[in-house]
Amino acid sequence: MMLALVGMLLLQMGAATRAIHDYNVYHPYTEIDSWMTGILIDNPDIVSIERYGQTYEKRDINLLRIGERTGAMKKVAWMDCGIHAREWISPAFCQYFIKQILQEYRVHGSRMAAMMKEMDFYVTPVLNVDGYIYSWLNGTRLWRKNRSPGTGSCSCYGTDLNRNFNVTWGTIGVSTNCCSETYGGTAALSSPEAASVTRYLEQRKADVLLFLTIHSYGQLILVPYGNPNLTAPNYGQLMKVGLAAAAEMKKVHGMSYRVGTSPDILYPNSGSSRDWARLAGIPYSFTFELRDNGTFGFELPEEQIQPACEEAYSGAMHIINHVHREQFNAAVSVATASLLGVLLATCVTVANNAF
Amino acid sequence: MSPALMRVLRVVVLLSAVRGAPLATVTLPPVILEPVPLEPVPVPSEPVRVDSGADQNISIPINTEQQQQQQQVSLDVDVMLTGELNPNHYPARRAAQVVLHHLNTRYGSPYWWGALRQVHKATAEALGDSGRKYSLEVTLQDQISGTKETCTAEVVFPGGPAGGPPQVTTSYEGKSEINTQAQEEALYNQYNTSQNLLSGHNLPDSYGHVAPGMEPFWHLGGVASSFVMLKESSENTLYNMAQVVSVTQLATENNQLRFNYDVLLHEMVSQEIIHWKLLASWSPQEGVKASQMELLPKCHHCEPPQEH
Repeated sequence: MMLALVGMLLLQMGAATRAIHDYNVYHPYTEIDSWMTGILIDNPDIVSIERYGQTYEKRDINLLRIGERTGAMKKVAWMDCGIHAREWISPAFCQYFIKQILQEYRVHGSRMAAMMKEMDFYVTPVLNVDGYIYSWLNGTRLWRKNRSPGTGSCSCYGTDLNRNFNVTWGTIGVSTNCCSETYGGTAALSSPEAASVTRYLEQRKADVLLFLTIHSYGQLILVPYGNPNLTAPNYGQLMKVGLAAAAEMKKVHGMSYRVGTSPDILYPNSGSSRDWARLAGIPYSFTFELRDNGTFGFELPEEQIQPACEEAYSGAMHIINHVHREQFNAAVSVATASLLGVLLATCVTVANNAF
Repeated sequence: MSPALMRVLRVVVLLSAVRGAPLATVTLPPVILEPVPLEPVPVPSEPVRVDSGADQNISIPINTEQQQQQQQVSLDVDVMLTGELNPNHYPARRAAQVVLHHLNTRYGSPYWWGALRQVHKATAEALGDSGRKYSLEVTLQDQISGTKETCTAEVVFPGGPAGGPPQVTTSYEGKSEINTQAQEEALYNQYNTSQNLLSGHNLPDSYGHVAPGMEPFWHLGGVASSFVMLKESSENTLYNMAQVVSVTQLATENNQLRFNYDVLLHEMVSQEIIHWKLLASWSPQEGVKASQMELLPKCHHCEPPQEH
């Protein structure tokens, strides 16, 4: 008994002596990896780590699964960061997001506490691990792609992971030159990173409500599809929710985010993860392009990490709240409507009988 | 050893390290869930290849934006929009960005560096062989002081195979605030010397930092880059300066401070990072001029040593 008490005390102390993670600086991958383990240790009741793939250089691709364990398969909100190596604010946002939702969950009676009973958050802090690590080396800060080698006569490295998904692959806004930043790969899903996401979500897609993929820069919320020949069946709804999210984001620090399909507000493209998710049937799929507008571009100052994350969080939460409300309160509404219907029918019958 | 076991052991080691206590009393939290091995997602047995024909000569670095565009697989967008344009859509935004490059070449300095904030109105018309003309109303912002101004502008993208840089005219009459003059004079006087010529690199650095003393030279790099970005712009590009790789001051000549700049430009549509060298000269009276602009090849074979 005494030993157990001592053990628990030492565990608490151990947790306290582990260095506090600074969410206002950029972290190399090893630190993000350690942080993930720390999140797991600090929140064993609702966090697990799932390895769902490997990069070209054989590193693990991990996600944090966050939600109350009910034993049943729950609805899922997916977020991935760091698909493009140089967009450092993106993994920083995933770290911030996880910290925030855990903090809110611990508040008794909070909306997040209720949501975590009904939904799981699957968050990948760094998807393109090899590329991210490469962008921390001397002289390669602006690397974008993964680190698979060129094939055939092409000696350049890297496939653009966001042109490699199996949705109108290779058709528009993509290069066939393996030295290009938008090289789409030798075939759809030729990259192990894109293949991992696809394989993992294919099996679960019926339960995925939301797919959010985080990029920078440009201050945009992009809705499917990147190929101008495709229109999402719920385009109107996606725009409505996206515009509302952008309005929420502007309230935080006054930053404007434009909303639209990529072919409208940025450029057409094919093979993106956002497009694949929508085509796979995930109803809400968005790309966030975070700060800034080109002043610092990919090298957003660390002083801006917090405000950028705060506004992005408010936008993401608006969408998450909407999706959650639509899915779970709708069930309540249906039940209520049925009850009202029965009551009405009864009244009419009574009325009819009375006359 | 299976990865799952490795993970558990790692957690165990971590716990031991921070607690130094026997583990017998502690229940480990659940760790890695290895997904059940699944059927791989079927991919087409014939890999979908797009025959581009431009795949030969891959070792030639991508030198020009023109070559970039040839190698981009794209639907033939013959129908360019004319008439009233949606100001939030990319055609208006790209044309508006060109306006900003132009304004920076005219009015930019170490203490004034304009950026596009909003497009209010935009129309486009075809000029036959002469190209296409955009008429715009935009709000721009000085990235240093934050001051905003609205102006109208016209951008003509020349037609024909020769192409050529866009031509811009605006209603902008100059910076409304004049207090940059004192700062500019002070900076000019400070560096108008043959001693301790300035040099710097990586502005901003990987973490987005620029030392306070170097900020004017980061701004100057951005303004000087505008000369390149302006001449390189088309309806298919959107340029920003990504980073000043290096800046080296040369001796003053004809009362102009002079700096060799090595810059990286980010072209949004192709997502390419394009390396340019240029010579920037500046004085408060003459403003900024750029010359000896030279495109450097993309370095494919300068792989840094493997980290371990």
